Amino acid sequence: MNVMDTRATSAMLYLDGVHVSFDGFHAINNLSLTLAPGEMRAIIGPNGAGKTTMMDIITGKTKPDEGTVLFDGVTDLTRLDETRIAELGIGRKFQKPTVFESQTVHDNLLLALNVDHSVKGTLFWRGSRAESERIDKVLETIRLTDARNRLAGSLSHGQKQWLEIGMLLAQDPKLLLVDEPVAGMTDVETHLTAELLKEINKTHTVMVVEHDMTFVRELGVKVTCLHEGTVLAEGTIDQVSSNERVIEVYLGR
Amino acid sequence: MTPHMLTRSLDRGATIFLLAVAALGVLIPLSNLLLPAGSFFQVPTYLVALWGKYVCYAILALSIDLIWGYCGILSLGHGAFFALGGYAMGMYLMRQIGTRGVYGNPILPDFMVFLNYSKLPWYWHGFDMFWFAALMVLFAPGLLAFCFGWLAFRSRVTGVYLSIITQAMTYALLLAFFRNDFGFGGNNGMTDFKDILGFNVQAEGTRGALFMLSCLGLIVSFLICRAVVSSKLGKVLIAIRDAESRSRFLGYRVESYKLFVFTLSACMAGVAGALYVPQVGIINPSEFAPGNSIEAVIWVAVGGRGTLVGAALGAIVVNYAKTFFTSGVLAPYWLFMLGALFILVTLLLPKGIVGTFNAWREASREKRPVAASAAAEDGVTEPKMAE
Amino acid sequence: MPTNLSARLCTFVLSLFLIAFALPAFAGPFEDAVAKFANDDYSDTDEAIGVVASSGNKLAFPIISALQDGRLMADPDSKKVYVTGTDGKSIDAATGEPVASVPDSASAVRLNNRLRRSVDAALGSLTLQSPDLGARLQAAQSVFKSHEETALEPVEGALAKETNKSVKTALGDARAAILLFKSDATEVQKLEAVATIKARGDQEALALLSDIGTDQPPSVAKAAASAISSIQSSLAVWSSVQNAWYGLSLGSVLLLAAIGLAITFGVMGVINMAHGEMVMIGAYTTFVVQEVIRTRYPALFDYSLLIAVPLAFLVAGAIGVLIERSIIRFLYGRPLETLLATWGLSLVLQQAVRTMFGPTNREVGNPSWMSGAFDLGQITITYNRLWILVFTLAVFMILLAMLRYTALGLEMRAVTQNRRMAASMGIATSRVDALTFGLGSGIAGIAGVALSQIDNVSPNLGQSYIIDSFMVVVFGGVGNLWGTLVGAFTLGIANKFLEPVAGAVLGKIAILVLIILFIQKRPRGLFALKGRAVEA
Repeated sequence: MNVMDTRATSAMLYLDGVHVSFDGFHAINNLSLTLAPGEMRAIIGPNGAGKTTMMDIITGKTKPDEGTVLFDGVTDLTRLDETRIAELGIGRKFQKPTVFESQTVHDNLLLALNVDHSVKGTLFWRGSRAESERIDKVLETIRLTDARNRLAGSLSHGQKQWLEIGMLLAQDPKLLLVDEPVAGMTDVETHLTAELLKEINKTHTVMVVEHDMTFVRELGVKVTCLHEGTVLAEGTIDQVSSNERVIEVYLGR
Repeated sequence: MTPHMLTRSLDRGATIFLLAVAALGVLIPLSNLLLPAGSFFQVPTYLVALWGKYVCYAILALSIDLIWGYCGILSLGHGAFFALGGYAMGMYLMRQIGTRGVYGNPILPDFMVFLNYSKLPWYWHGFDMFWFAALMVLFAPGLLAFCFGWLAFRSRVTGVYLSIITQAMTYALLLAFFRNDFGFGGNNGMTDFKDILGFNVQAEGTRGALFMLSCLGLIVSFLICRAVVSSKLGKVLIAIRDAESRSRFLGYRVESYKLFVFTLSACMAGVAGALYVPQVGIINPSEFAPGNSIEAVIWVAVGGRGTLVGAALGAIVVNYAKTFFTSGVLAPYWLFMLGALFILVTLLLPKGIVGTFNAWREASREKRPVAASAAAEDGVTEPKMAE
Repeated sequence: MPTNLSARLCTFVLSLFLIAFALPAFAGPFEDAVAKFANDDYSDTDEAIGVVASSGNKLAFPIISALQDGRLMADPDSKKVYVTGTDGKSIDAATGEPVASVPDSASAVRLNNRLRRSVDAALGSLTLQSPDLGARLQAAQSVFKSHEETALEPVEGALAKETNKSVKTALGDARAAILLFKSDATEVQKLEAVATIKARGDQEALALLSDIGTDQPPSVAKAAASAISSIQSSLAVWSSVQNAWYGLSLGSVLLLAAIGLAITFGVMGVINMAHGEMVMIGAYTTFVVQEVIRTRYPALFDYSLLIAVPLAFLVAGAIGVLIERSIIRFLYGRPLETLLATWGLSLVLQQAVRTMFGPTNREVGNPSWMSGAFDLGQITITYNRLWILVFTLAVFMILLAMLRYTALGLEMRAVTQNRRMAASMGIATSRVDALTFGLGSGIAGIAGVALSQIDNVSPNLGQSYIIDSFMVVVFGGVGNLWGTLVGAFTLGIANKFLEPVAGAVLGKIAILVLIILFIQKRPRGLFALKGRAVEA
């Protein structure tokens, strides 16, 4: 208990003893994980390791059967819904790029801006210079300035991934959860994405789930390997990839 | 609502539509009243009432389009809100009959005397005053929509599940309003209206005024819808329609948005019903029939959901066709045509007439970049540039 | 026959009083008495009636009823008496031998008003001993209700001769009822009577006991009071049983209507608003089958449903496949559009049937094995409802087995769980889609056969089931057949228990409101699938 209290206050994200099961299948099993403020963490693990379910738990989409999930050391995320958690400052990029396809790139970012999200606020919203400047800046960061008036649905896969990261930037959360950001990207795009994430990490806490080992290596951050809903190994990429149990899990028994 | 919001981004189509509605709203009653009967340009009174009905349907279609076209909520129970508005108006009209009823009771409407009511049920009080009835026209459907929506959206009932329970809702109301002891006239409903605000509802002048009011109602509804969908809230609604859970993760309280737009839409449907009742002269429980609500949805689909002009035009076109076909030798085939319309529109014309036309126009504009840039400079097709 | 019988019963009770006088001590041979009818003398006729009625001869009932109807012919010359049947054939009244024809000299035995009363009375007591079981039972029941003191003697007489158990019980009850109201019956007799009536334990027994008046001995009054409360509590139990049965019956109808939907909506996720029309098509198939049988092979009528079931399955199933191939397959992944298109389809199908068969109800008959009813304790169970329950469960079980053990069932589950994976494993997914939809539609058709037995067969038949069916499937949990089963029976029983409290319409509204509230609480139904798979 004592340990938890001291660590919990300092951690940006704190998961302890989390369990989730769907119809008897244990998707998450006694998962414990801590993310320090300003840290970037890469999460790896084979399919079905519980990576996405873990993100679902953090963002309030799935409620754990038991366990503690604390944000910023004080807020119990298990009691809140997605909207409230987003308002607290947790942003999420989905595994499958999810942007608002029938709206323009500009509008996608406008929607993501962390301004008044109430019904009244949006009904009587009038744009401000500060907002446009922020959108312009994000557009520049994600290299989509020229595409600002294109429909998001007409973007390429990689551009959509970036737009979604851009939406995270516009949202400006304290903690970013990024699920497979480089899936389907070319090598160049992958490299640029790594650079982008490193840039973002200067001001934000980031958790990245990724399969691509080159990408994870390029990020050069602490790696956590999940397997069957629990932490298998933690450390640098070299430490984790030389771990016998990790090798066993990845190469099969 | 600021004037800025109402006029913002009125594109050319919307402007033409509004001008046309306003023109018809003035010209049709005037031609009916001023020109001699039988003259070529004189619109007969029955046509004024008929077109008045179409205009009310157009308002209903707008209200459905607002939630379905822009927020992805397919309500199969909007006929219920329409009918509730109609009943509120009907109750006012019943109270206006006074001693001119068959039984001559100054307080109780005929059907209550017939059913041995000793006094007016509590929920009938106040309906002798027009302002109260008018308030109820908004309040009754609005309250039902708010309660229903609050429960449904909070529990994240979406998609077809929501459609099915809205259908169950209107079905339950249908059963309830059929009951005599429910106090709304049972299966006969309310009819034989005499006066509205002291004017004879049958009189040509009143009919003309009602038609004008319906057109005004359509214009106001259109402007409200337009203001909503072109605000940032409109973008949020579309975001919810296209990716609901993504919107949640961006921090939008989806249920509040849906509840707001659903309630607003129900109030609009109520107004449509209230304008409808004095023009057709009757309101009965069949208005709650699930089939009616679905039919209203198809008007929107035909015209083009997600386009306000399309929804309103769809209502008018389909109902005109209905009147045309059901009154001739083709009457037995009308249901075949209506059924085929449902199928063909969803299969072949998912964007509806106006939506398809818009898409075609956009495609042809892309082929001619010069024209496109010229149009963009006008600030007509790219409203955001104007800001 | 039945109207005749009830007419006789009516007169019977009124005239019991006269029986005491009508039964003379005189007892001669039956044949002599019969011959007296030929004397054309009112007092001889009266005597003859008495003797014949108390003779116990099996011809007594036909003779007296023929006398009443003026069909008893007497030949004054030969002193022979004949009974002319309603069918025109005649028998010798004394021997029962058929005769070729009644002599022309014979004329109908005449009656006056006094004799008519005797005839009525005699018929009454004869009905208590009528050879027809149903007639005896009814006679005993009506004595039980009227409990006329004068009926005591005939009832006791009949009781002594009665061999059938249920009639004997009814006569015992009748006797008890008479004794209970007879002022000069002993206290012991009355207490016994109360016990007998208490054992009967139905609504009529309750009415009788509540009606005994205040001039009873205290012990009898007390016994009656305790009997009343015990009957009341047992009746309450029976009424629950009755409600439960009605609920099961309604549940089976709901299940039958919803089971096809559980396949198309629950398993495939296709919103088929024309599902009700598949049910209707099944019902019309039954109608056509019965029409053909009626005009061509009337002997096969009892088998009409057995023939209609596979036909309805094939017809509705084929239409289902056609719909899937021509409309629904273009709309996968667009549930709201599917909903609208299939609604349009339902309009077309309804109107097509209306054009072909007319807008009015069509007559679909019950085969003999589906008509009638039997009593179980205090409740009555009709055969058609019982068969529908059995049939529904059979269809459900067959469907479950099909999904579990056949190749199509396996493919179906594979496709619905992971379409792309199934396709890559060589399953022809589009064929499976068509067949699955056909199966769901075919089952709806079968449902139509059963529903034609209890509902009006009209073009609107399906409309009345569509909302209920969706409620059942959604309530039970989509994608779970067992959920549909539990959902249907829960809703059926809840509806029937609410009905006596709230009335039929309000009960239905209450159920709809409860389901709406329930869906808000558990949007995915009673037996919901959980996990990430649901979202896909």
